[in-house]
Amino acid sequence: MKTINKLYTALILIFMYAPIAVLILFSFNESNSTSVFSGFSLKWYIELFNDGETLKALYNTLILAVLSSVIATILGTAAAVGIDYMKKGPLRSIIMTITNIPMMNADIVTGVSLMLLFVFIATIFGISGILGFGTLLIAHVTFNLPYVILSVLPKLKQLDPHLTEAAQDLGCTPFQAFLKVVIPNILSGVLTGMIMAFTLSLDDFVISYFASGPEFQTLPLRIFSMTKRRVTPDMYALSTLIFVAILILLLLNNLTKKDESGVKGAKK
Amino acid sequence: MKRLISILTLIFMSASLITATAEPWDSPSYKAQLTGEYINVYNWGEYIADGSEGTLDLNAEFTRRTGIKVNYTNYASNEDMYAKLKSGGATYDVIIPSDYMVQRLINENMLEKINFDNITNFHYIDDRYKNLAFDPTNEFSVPYTVGMVGLIYNSEMVSEAPDSWTAMWDEQYSGDILMFNNPRDAFAISQFVLGLSLNTHTPDDWALAYDKLLEQKPLIQSYVMDEIFNKMENNEAILAPYYAGDFLSMKDNNDALEFVYPKEGTNYFVDAMCIPKGTQNKTAAEMYINFMLEPDIALENAEYIYYASPHVEVINNPDYSLYQNPVIYPDAETLANTQIFEDLPTETMQVMTNYWDELKIDGYDYTTYYVCFGAAIIGVIALTIYRNHKKHKYDYD
Amino acid sequence: MKKSSSLWARLCAAPYIVWMIIFIAAPLLMVAYYAFTDAAGNFTLKNIVALDGYAGIFIRSIWYGIITTIISLIIAFPFAYAISQKSTKYQSTMIMLLMVPMWMNFLIRTYSWMNILSDNGIINTALKAIGFAPIEMINTPGAVILGMVYNFMPYMVLPIYSVISKMDRNIIEAAQDLGCNKLKVITRVVLPMSVPGIVSGITMVFVPSVSTFYISQKLGGGKYDLIGDTIERQFQTSYNYNLGASISLVLMILLLVCMAFMNTFTSDDEEGGIVI
Repeated sequence: MKTINKLYTALILIFMYAPIAVLILFSFNESNSTSVFSGFSLKWYIELFNDGETLKALYNTLILAVLSSVIATILGTAAAVGIDYMKKGPLRSIIMTITNIPMMNADIVTGVSLMLLFVFIATIFGISGILGFGTLLIAHVTFNLPYVILSVLPKLKQLDPHLTEAAQDLGCTPFQAFLKVVIPNILSGVLTGMIMAFTLSLDDFVISYFASGPEFQTLPLRIFSMTKRRVTPDMYALSTLIFVAILILLLLNNLTKKDESGVKGAKK
Repeated sequence: MKRLISILTLIFMSASLITATAEPWDSPSYKAQLTGEYINVYNWGEYIADGSEGTLDLNAEFTRRTGIKVNYTNYASNEDMYAKLKSGGATYDVIIPSDYMVQRLINENMLEKINFDNITNFHYIDDRYKNLAFDPTNEFSVPYTVGMVGLIYNSEMVSEAPDSWTAMWDEQYSGDILMFNNPRDAFAISQFVLGLSLNTHTPDDWALAYDKLLEQKPLIQSYVMDEIFNKMENNEAILAPYYAGDFLSMKDNNDALEFVYPKEGTNYFVDAMCIPKGTQNKTAAEMYINFMLEPDIALENAEYIYYASPHVEVINNPDYSLYQNPVIYPDAETLANTQIFEDLPTETMQVMTNYWDELKIDGYDYTTYYVCFGAAIIGVIALTIYRNHKKHKYDYD
Repeated sequence: MKKSSSLWARLCAAPYIVWMIIFIAAPLLMVAYYAFTDAAGNFTLKNIVALDGYAGIFIRSIWYGIITTIISLIIAFPFAYAISQKSTKYQSTMIMLLMVPMWMNFLIRTYSWMNILSDNGIINTALKAIGFAPIEMINTPGAVILGMVYNFMPYMVLPIYSVISKMDRNIIEAAQDLGCNKLKVITRVVLPMSVPGIVSGITMVFVPSVSTFYISQKLGGGKYDLIGDTIERQFQTSYNYNLGASISLVLMILLLVCMAFMNTFTSDDEEGGIVI
């Protein structure tokens, strides 16, 4: 059973990482092709660091992903708590249905409808050039929210309601009870939601396309704009660098985590 | 997690800082009084010399010469650009649409008249590219690049070198033909084969062109845009229509590829710099357009983009790597046998896109889907009944 | 006591509800408005009637979505269960490892798949090298579904894992003590208890895979559209916002019905709405 487990996990990881391996390979290509490997070269890494627009786009993407996922996590977690306390009825039903809409909608429709809304607001208040970082951030938070809510709600559902009551009976204020009982129990759901929001935001193209303005271009926008001409291997080089950076941080993170889990184990 | 992100951010922040530093440089032709101003430039992706592969970063160079900062963003198609502009939510100072899109923008009163007194380098533009049909009095646009569509083929895989678009309907290449994945370019090829105008307003003509495309569909390997680079370079397809400049870039990676301008004629395009209505800084925008026409800048750009330049100093420069290149600068006879896209009225556009939709739906047997779908629904219903049944059985839950 | 805390808790949702009304509900009304008007803004049903021609695309998209969801569930559940049996450190590492590829650009990952699957690609070159006949993979429905499973499967693992990892170990031990073997523990205890996660996961995979675009163009050869491609073209190429909006409205309603239906036979204690 254990070997099957291991084998299975390994297979999944191979599936997930096969394309990553290919992109790493082609980032070292000598020519500008991403299908014919003609020789090893570091050329595209040098190109990358000469390409100010791409680096700026990367920086924009990260800022946007961090901000939008944090905002969405806070808003979404609070919303999930509120929804969980709500009595089952039409109000809750309506809220949940609307929450699902950004997921149900084709991305492009969400994008277009948000754009129409922003433009509508701009004409009412007489703002010219409303599209920019602000609208992009709003759009990202909006499509991130359902994912956060959906990953926090199951956790809240699993939570024994008597726990909070018990905490309150033992003298906690509702807020303290929330902090000490609810939060630790739903934390993994909150983190899952945040990772998901971050991931989605990092890679979103369609919605960003409609919500973005002339001053703020993200990496997916830049890469997708290359689809009339060639997507050059410097994008592969960039992806490789991001990949390596994440992997290193992941390892570091794990090394430091050792103590934490030790403490947890001791408590138990 | 948070720590991870902040470290990442820091790494890339410092990286971008390093590259952003540049020594101040002053050119006699511009004054530095504009420092602090900025313009929003909206251009095709990979369509300007940007510092890669040893070229000059033109946007940075513009800033160095004038002090004006460039906010540079990209789009993938004329249609994308139009959608953005039409929304009215964003203001741009310089855009670079193609011919028919320039015409549409003019018709819809979305472009500013350019003050040609400020475009002192306009005389460098070859007369052939002035006063073109999309902007007959040349008040709104300044040509940026020009180009033509041709047929790319793999010389080692064809039985004989094609000279006609009809090769794309040749059954012996079935499964090895690539086709444009955008309606206007795809219909154009069909229209050339049929001897129709690219800009016809007659629905029947579009119907004929559609039938021709439908006839071709079983032979097509895939409808592509930029995937064409990978597929042609890797010998995965034999025939593909694409832009001449991009062929040269493919040829660098696969010497077996050859290029031909089919005898029926081909599409000829001009991408031109324009200033959209709502510009915040028209003077700076004109300065940018003029800057692009500086002989050294235009040459740098032409070397990077690989498309033909409308700039006489570039065309006639023997040091230019594509000097008199027969693919990019074909002979007069080939040039004469071309048509340029014009803006189509909305009804015609609808006709075209409806046919394109149909092309993407048609010729497929849906029976399997209907059967599978029916089976899935029955399965789900059966499961529901089973569950309910089970629930009654163990009612202690 | 109970009352005050629940009032306080309900207030938590207030900022979200405001946000939701402005940025989710209002744009939704715009979609509906466009679906039922013509270019001049007059009421019309012609956009809805025009959908007749797109029935095939709808069915194919939903069918692909169903297959993708089923495959993702089959892959994801054992994976989520397997990692949840290990140490916390291992668990968090695996979850991160699963998500990291999603941080690379989607277009570039899809390009990599084209390299792997294409006729002269990595798999076929390897097959030829060891003397097998090459397999045609790219430009087939299989390739499209593979692309979708690749892109959306992690969103199935996360919620399932999230629920399983939270499960009370004592219940599983109790089941074992009562004589359940490992398989029975999974089917009778773990699986039913992870239903909320599975439902979440199904939503997160099914919905985006039905409305996806681009994957079908790149891996499927662009010969047969999915609904996402069609919608995209209505907005981007033909500027037929009205038709685009009506296709998308119908898609949305279809998805809502699917979700509502699914919910009725997963969570017994929920009302009929789309509650996950």
